[in-house]
Amino acid sequence: MAKKSGGDSHDYSYEPEVGAAVVPSDQASNPGLPPERPRITDMDEKFEKQAERRIALFFGLSIVGSIIAAVSYNAFPITPGDVLSTRLNNLFTGLGITIGLLGIGFGAVHWAKSLMHGHELVEERHPVRGTDETREVAAGMFTQANKESGFTRRSLVRNTMIGALLATPIPAVALFRDLAPKENPNDVLKHTMWEAGTRLTRDPSGVPIKASEVTIGSAFHVIPEGLAEMHEHKLEEKAKAAVLLMRLPVEDLNEVEERKSWSYEGIVAYSKICTHVGCPVALYEQHTHHLLCPCHQSEFDVSNHCEVIFGPAARPLPQLPITIDAEGYLVAQSDFTEPVGPSFWEREL
Amino acid sequence: MKNTSPLPRKRGRRHPLAGVALMILGLFVTGGAYAATTAGIASAETQTVDAASLVDEGGKLFLANCASCHGTNGEGTDAGPSLIGVGALSVEFQVGTGRMPMAASGPQAERKPPQFTQPQIDALAAWVASLAPGPGMPDPKYYAADGDAANGAELFRINCAMCHNVAGAGGALTEGKWAPGLADVDPIHVYAAMVTGPQNMPVFNDMNLTPEEKNDIITYLAYLDEAPSVGGFTLGSLGPVAEGLFVWIIGLGVMVAIAIWLTAKSN
Repeated sequence: MAKKSGGDSHDYSYEPEVGAAVVPSDQASNPGLPPERPRITDMDEKFEKQAERRIALFFGLSIVGSIIAAVSYNAFPITPGDVLSTRLNNLFTGLGITIGLLGIGFGAVHWAKSLMHGHELVEERHPVRGTDETREVAAGMFTQANKESGFTRRSLVRNTMIGALLATPIPAVALFRDLAPKENPNDVLKHTMWEAGTRLTRDPSGVPIKASEVTIGSAFHVIPEGLAEMHEHKLEEKAKAAVLLMRLPVEDLNEVEERKSWSYEGIVAYSKICTHVGCPVALYEQHTHHLLCPCHQSEFDVSNHCEVIFGPAARPLPQLPITIDAEGYLVAQSDFTEPVGPSFWEREL
Repeated sequence: MKNTSPLPRKRGRRHPLAGVALMILGLFVTGGAYAATTAGIASAETQTVDAASLVDEGGKLFLANCASCHGTNGEGTDAGPSLIGVGALSVEFQVGTGRMPMAASGPQAERKPPQFTQPQIDALAAWVASLAPGPGMPDPKYYAADGDAANGAELFRINCAMCHNVAGAGGALTEGKWAPGLADVDPIHVYAAMVTGPQNMPVFNDMNLTPEEKNDIITYLAYLDEAPSVGGFTLGSLGPVAEGLFVWIIGLGVMVAIAIWLTAKSN
């Protein structure tokens, strides 16, 4: 292989060694740079004058825009409480400033491109490698530094220094690890506010719901009793405990044997948190009994325990077992029997 | 031989386009005559009727317009469900918004110009209400839109926004169904839709959302209709979807065009 000699060699031709690979006869050669194309503003004075007028126009528009911005700020005053006055003020002031700045930009760029010096200049790249003398001096510096510091020779001090430097960031691990929440996330995700006897209440008022108030085709948005009055961690609890309550005609419900006791006379309650990525699933179609999640269009069939009939969700919505208490209010029989919401690593399937 | 130039256009007594002109004139005459006569028929005088004849008139209207799908006694056929027990409020909603009579069978009836006058709708409603007890017309104070818009907005976000969009712009449902936009809807129809749960909309009875809460929601919708959008052009109130379309196509397109212009050699 032909080696390029060091220094200012601009020899781009490739001469293989005798006895090396086969050289194709139609080897591509460097065509060089394209021929320079003159600009029309350099060739014809009419176009040069046109370009000048255009640039002046841009700058003139910029002046007008700045004046518009200054004037319209006072011409469209903002009256408190009136949204439209704010919109108009913002619109015209902003438009004025935009035209002011863009005018300068377009004018300056067009001036540089069309009128300023137009010949192409080529600056050749210099080779990166330095001269041999420079390289020897540089190498000598390193050798001398090594000799004077004893870095290579004194292995004990060198190795203990490297050990100390490696040990320095270790406290950062302990500090940053403590930024994580104190509770075990598995415990937090696997339990919700629902317990045996927790009443189902309306969202957001917290008023308990009687079974007789849920008529066929109804959809109630439900939070557990006590959530409406909570102040701390209210949204975290609501994000797990939100439930959708629906009533279907009993003949439309196809229930498995183990879950026949989980509904009450056609009233069923399901977690609102989608098992795909966690959006609230509440688009209930009264007659088809389909529940649609708007985020990624997972569809659940309420008449079949919310099994997934379309979309990316992997598991049916968890069902909240409900019954009525002595006064006729709907209550939960227990917490959900599986974690609500999307899958996570430690969730038992 | 004489130089034969192309023959000139044959000139008779009639202009070549005379036939076309006559046809257009005839169409205008017959169409105008039809419109004039039907306008005369449509401007019937309002008749004051008592309750019993209102039901009878409703029955006649029902037989003529609705019975083919809903059965002669409202009992339903394969083409349309039973109307026994749907109440006067359902009729007010379906016929008042023009959804019924349905233009074509499909997953959902669409809102269109109502086909009946208000007295006729009242008559139909009275007849359907006579079939069996059902939701009746509410007290007008519950759809007067003078309630608490903030409470209405919260209730709207919790109960309605997932289908109808937080600004009431409507949204898609499954298999050809949709939640219609709520702009410029008569307050009584909003109330009626909540109570009766038309087609696949769930039922929000008066124990789920009390009449005062329904009025609050109607107040919120009225506020949406009147108040100008805070952020400028709403782009259909579709939020990130419409804004993303605008930014990716127009915004990014302009930036790419400027970048190309900056580096292009001036001609």
